[in-house]
Amino acid sequence: MVREVDVAVIGAGPAGLAAAVEAAAAGLSVTVLDEQPAPGGQVYRAIERADSGRLAILGQDYAEGRELVAAFRASRAEYLPAATVWNIGTDRLIDYSQGGEIACLRATAIVAATGALERPCPVPGWTLPGVTTAGGLQILLKGAGVVEDDLVLAGAGPLLWLIASQLVAAGAPPRAVVETLPRGRQAAALARLPGALRAAGYLRKGVALMNAVRRAGVAVHTHAEGLEIEGETRVTGLRFRAEGGEHRLHCTAVGLHQGVIPNPQVTRLLRCEHVWDASQHAFRPVLDDDFQTTFPGLYVAGDAGGIGGARAAALQGRLVGMHLAARAGRKVAGKPAALRTALARDLAIRPFLEALYAPDPAILNPADSTIVCRCEEVTAGRVRAAVKLGAPGANQVKSLVRTGMGPCQGRVCGVAVSAIIATARGAPPDTADYYRIRPPLKPLALTELAAYPMIAPDLEIREP
Amino acid sequence: MTQPSQPARSADVVVIGGGIHGSSAALYLAQRGLSVIVLEKDSVGRHASGVNAGGVRRLGRHLAEVPIAVRSRRIWATVADFLGDDCGFEVAPQMRLARSEEHLVAMRARVAEMQALGYHHEVMIGTNQIREYIHSLSDEVVGAVACLDDGFAQPYQTTFAIHRKARALGARFHEGVRALGLTREAGGDWRVATAEGDFTAPRVLLAGGLWSGEISATLGEPVPIIPFAPMMLVTTRLPPFCNAVVGAAGVPLSFKQMPNGTVVIGGGRPGRPDAATNRAETTFHPLRLSAQTCISLFPIMAEASVVRTWAGLEAEMPDQIPVVGPSLRHEGLYYAFGFSGHGFQLGLGMGEIMAELIATGATDVDLAPFSIGRFTGGAPAY
Ligand SMILES: Cc1cc2nc3c(=O)[nH]c(=O)nc-3n(C[C@H](O)[C@H](O)[C@H](O)COP(=O)(O)OP(=O)(O)OC[C@H]3O[C@@H](n4cnc5c(N)ncnc54)[C@H](O)[C@@H]3O)c2cc1C
Repeated sequence: MVREVDVAVIGAGPAGLAAAVEAAAAGLSVTVLDEQPAPGGQVYRAIERADSGRLAILGQDYAEGRELVAAFRASRAEYLPAATVWNIGTDRLIDYSQGGEIACLRATAIVAATGALERPCPVPGWTLPGVTTAGGLQILLKGAGVVEDDLVLAGAGPLLWLIASQLVAAGAPPRAVVETLPRGRQAAALARLPGALRAAGYLRKGVALMNAVRRAGVAVHTHAEGLEIEGETRVTGLRFRAEGGEHRLHCTAVGLHQGVIPNPQVTRLLRCEHVWDASQHAFRPVLDDDFQTTFPGLYVAGDAGGIGGARAAALQGRLVGMHLAARAGRKVAGKPAALRTALARDLAIRPFLEALYAPDPAILNPADSTIVCRCEEVTAGRVRAAVKLGAPGANQVKSLVRTGMGPCQGRVCGVAVSAIIATARGAPPDTADYYRIRPPLKPLALTELAAYPMIAPDLEIREP
Repeated sequence: MTQPSQPARSADVVVIGGGIHGSSAALYLAQRGLSVIVLEKDSVGRHASGVNAGGVRRLGRHLAEVPIAVRSRRIWATVADFLGDDCGFEVAPQMRLARSEEHLVAMRARVAEMQALGYHHEVMIGTNQIREYIHSLSDEVVGAVACLDDGFAQPYQTTFAIHRKARALGARFHEGVRALGLTREAGGDWRVATAEGDFTAPRVLLAGGLWSGEISATLGEPVPIIPFAPMMLVTTRLPPFCNAVVGAAGVPLSFKQMPNGTVVIGGGRPGRPDAATNRAETTFHPLRLSAQTCISLFPIMAEASVVRTWAGLEAEMPDQIPVVGPSLRHEGLYYAFGFSGHGFQLGLGMGEIMAELIATGATDVDLAPFSIGRFTGGAPAY
């Protein structure tokens, strides 16, 4: 009764598209599912609709995505747009919703190409209306082309500068960029540079972005600390300390950013093993040489397996696609060895970026009064109180104070809560555990569930 | 990790299992002044006891369980003082809806039977009274049997609070330590083997939930435990419309709206249990029936979305009542497992009863219906 395919790819970003193209080229039946209405993922969102003006704003990298999307469109892979995967069973049954209806699919191999999540930035006031993330702003920019007019960008990371420069190019420069990198970070990161020189292109690009933003007259504050977002019912300003003084900027919107982390939802749902990546300050799934997780048949390509960026994601996707083809006994046209070399070259910049943009220690250990779980409005103090009572880990804290129990399923607060627990116990972050992720990965209308397809006969059930 | 010194590895009683039953027995044993070691292979409350529906229900209990449920309910009334934690316990009616005359007839017979036995907590209620508690109700409903002062609590909060109280009274919990097997020492003490060394005690209580059968079988008392993974789902917040815990005749359902507006739905539709990997997996094909039931009984539910689902690992016995009481083959060995999907409410009373039995050798509660002998065919062998 359930449709079967060789490969199901979840996510139509660079990793997923590349995996699908390779696997389909080798003759495997491939289905790509993605929540968005069009292929491209976060980085190449709405790329097929972008006119030359929008492409000029979003830059050369964005344009590169066009080729990949075109190759995917030309491939034999089946594409299910606006399809939200909300459960994957240990029997590899994939439950998804499309157009308000549930459908199921079973796949021999599943590729989670679900990308990255933005790291939560629990600073005072971050739950006020008007606060968004840099990534959220980018979605607006790429989708509707709408941008906030009275905006301050605050935080750190390459994406912060990218979005700032894109806003400048769009003619809507932010009021200010408030960078939270502590003093001395640069020096520490430079120590990691020799390896990165092989990726000099990235570095040049980064510097060019920052210069473009400054040249446009955007106020830039560096080494900022003590960020506090002000406002009663919505954002009215941002306070911080920098350059030896207190600052207060009036604004109606704040875009926060502290880098991105692997999206753990699928790999946690299937209880894959994860490790703490001390350099990325995040958990990532354990992957073998072929990008297979500890759940047999589940592969991860792209940022969901560890942050590497769009090019690395596409290379990993191609490698996974080729591996799946070879595993199924198909002839593989491409050369995996060459792709692996390219991948290593592309990832060479990472140690430098990771050292430079390590998250602001303040957001890893927020004040007691700061909310960490937005859905259930739980403060850091309540998390610490549960730890003090003896709750041994993230799941027990969740049971006691409801962190991660809201509609976002811990996507927003997960790493923050794990970090607070570890710190409160005086334990290193690699000993912290993480929420057990439960389906549905996204909220599901009860009426929709009631119409779940008849994929099997019903069991006789006794009454309770 | 430092090795505990030798005396730290022996006690008056070793309890296997840190669910609500093991923890509660440990609490009451410690209260009686006995030294107790609890071995828990994962963490306290990790399984059924921490993830159940939290129903504090006397309504509809098997007659053999009624005295234990009544005793438990008395303790529930004092739980905030007793444990120093309110456990999220709220008094609320538990009711079972009837949708046909046939349902009503069976319910009336049940209430009459209970009355004859001297129990007055179950009563019939009409639709007007039901509607006082449930503001969005299908016209199909023709009445209900109810226990107006039952209630619900937060399962993990409760089990964790019992565990803390037991520890405060001196019980020693070893989490992440699995009892691998039991042997009898020459001197008569039990030796419980674990990967972290042996623990010894003259008496052992096996309260290992789903995993209890592995151990009882090695002791010559195999039981037909059925792995059971009852599924639960919780919805987005709705305006307050229900302050009762609701079941229904003829269909598996347990339904309640929490004080925060979310609706928690269970009732025993089974997911996929895997005792070896500790995993209880939800499967959505059966859950669609729960969704259908809720929408048809409570029209407002058509506006709700499912936020999360989960399932727990539970030991189900073929006759739906637990194995409780002394071993029939070995002196100093006691059982309390197999609560078949409704052992949370019983946890406090059962612990008190087990402590009494273990400490004094007797209890005034009739445990005969729960004897392991019903599966092993045995009469006491010692
Ligand atoms: C989804 C769900 C909903 C439920 N709803 C309700 C309800 O509304 N009302 C109600 O009254 N009941 C309910 N129940 C039933 C109730 O949760 C259980 O009956 C009760 O919690 C059983 O407690 P326990 O201590 O026997 O088992 P458990 O909680 O399973 O504890 C047993 C413990 O023993 C440990 N263990 C096992 N073997 C070993 C070993 N060899 N060494 C060391 N440790 C070991 C396990 O790790 C486990 O932690 C529900 C159950 C589920 C799963």
